[in-house]
Amino acid sequence: MKKAIITVVGKDRVGITARVCTYLAERQINILDISQTIVGGYFNMMMVVDVSGATNNFDGIANELKEVGKGIDCIIRIQLEDIFDMMHRI
Amino acid sequence: MISRSEILETNEMIEKENLDVRTITMGISLLDCIDSDVKVMCDKIHRKIVRLAGKLVETGDEIGREYGIPVVNKRISVTPIGIIGAAACRTEEDFVTVAKELDAVAKEVGVNFLGGFSAVVAKGMTASDELLMRSIPKALAVTERVCSSVNVGSTRTGINMDAVRIMGETVVKTAELTKDADSIGCAKLVIFCNAPDDNPFMAGAFHGVTEADAVINVGVSGPGVVKKALEAVRGESFEVLCETIKKTAFKITRVGQLVAKRASEMLGVPFGIVDLSLAPTPAVGDSVAEILQEIGLEYPGAPGTTAALALLNDQVKKGGVMASSYVGGLSGAFIPVSEDQGMIDAVNAGCLTLEKLEAMTCVCSVGLDMIAVPGDTSAATISGIIADEMAIGMVNQKTTAVRLIPVIGKKVGDQAEFGGLLGYAPIMPVNRFDCSEFIGRTGRIPAPIHSFKN
Repeated sequence: MKKAIITVVGKDRVGITARVCTYLAERQINILDISQTIVGGYFNMMMVVDVSGATNNFDGIANELKEVGKGIDCIIRIQLEDIFDMMHRI
Repeated sequence: MISRSEILETNEMIEKENLDVRTITMGISLLDCIDSDVKVMCDKIHRKIVRLAGKLVETGDEIGREYGIPVVNKRISVTPIGIIGAAACRTEEDFVTVAKELDAVAKEVGVNFLGGFSAVVAKGMTASDELLMRSIPKALAVTERVCSSVNVGSTRTGINMDAVRIMGETVVKTAELTKDADSIGCAKLVIFCNAPDDNPFMAGAFHGVTEADAVINVGVSGPGVVKKALEAVRGESFEVLCETIKKTAFKITRVGQLVAKRASEMLGVPFGIVDLSLAPTPAVGDSVAEILQEIGLEYPGAPGTTAALALLNDQVKKGGVMASSYVGGLSGAFIPVSEDQGMIDAVNAGCLTLEKLEAMTCVCSVGLDMIAVPGDTSAATISGIIADEMAIGMVNQKTTAVRLIPVIGKKVGDQAEFGGLLGYAPIMPVNRFDCSEFIGRTGRIPAPIHSFKN
């Protein structure tokens, strides 16, 4: 399993989660965990996903997610989970 | 499972506090490129560097995208050319040819600096070492990406004062040959005492002869992250202050360790070390000076600066050492003037002087770094400043370095512009009293008594 963290930040509107999840399903990326809040009208979502079965390479996914983000006025980032593990776990 | 706040913390460090991987530096041994013919040697050097580092830039960028953290510089360090060129180079011009070859290959593989146009002459110079040292002004003037360093002393051997004298002259000549660009050649030239073999930071990086054939060394950065963490503990005790720096340094270094391991895996080159140095840039919020201010100084240079820097340097090491399996290089806080907006402000405010910077170098990782001085500063005076700095390193068993830029045609009150990561610097006054008789003596200063440990 190759875990990555997706963060989505932007002004709240209808269909953000749906749009992101649809893309992930198209690319065979499995969602392992998902959490979301809205603070002051801003949508903030974090997902843990498994990219090991994805039908595109990591760079490609990152670029496509960026594009998906543009369509829904959000900034979407994907990063391998290791950076968070290394920094916050001994 | 990683929590939301941890993800946010990491990403804020990257986005708002300038956390980045400052450099992935591939050290490459050129010992197997030695030949008695300059042209053959240059060809061998070219082929070896392209073979090992051809994918360095691409790999660095890919890792940056995978983890969402900028990998700012990709660089190469090589075995000191004073050794490699000993059999082939019979004139200064021969060494300049090698420098041009290194510049060409650096451009070909896309790295922004290549270090190792160097000589290690802590105790004595070979004819080749001396030729290389004398060829530095021209080599740095006709190349763009080549960096040069000369190690003129060590705790074990003392200080080679003949080399110190030559390097004073070399600095002045380098300044003259690059006077059209504010003597920028000198920004690519470092004079060391106790130079480490595995330093990933330019301009002083070279691949020591104690190293393997090729190795990956990584330098992280993150003064902005430390500063931000300290904002939350204003007015607290030294215990809280130190713990905060330590914890932050741990987190920053872990990123370096991760990137170093990944780069080593992807390039098939062994992991060497992570350098813990806090390296500033001219960008706002990426400043070691601002950390010192956050600790409680109006400006760096104020009374208390040396103590604050000592504390900072020590805590960075304590936090960083546990975060990486191998720590090396310079590992401390850098206090360059031109590359740190806070330092520039302190100089302009009249708070920070050359003498205070010298005192600060007793407790930080490097030395008098990126300091612009008047263009009419004599070679003897520069040698005197170098000798002082080398003595600090020799006696305190630490690395010290000098990267002074006598900016030809400029005087105190003017400003030198270097551009990019090198920034700009106000010209600082230099003590005008003479030391030429001291520098004129030949030979070396013996090793200090505490070096005799056997």
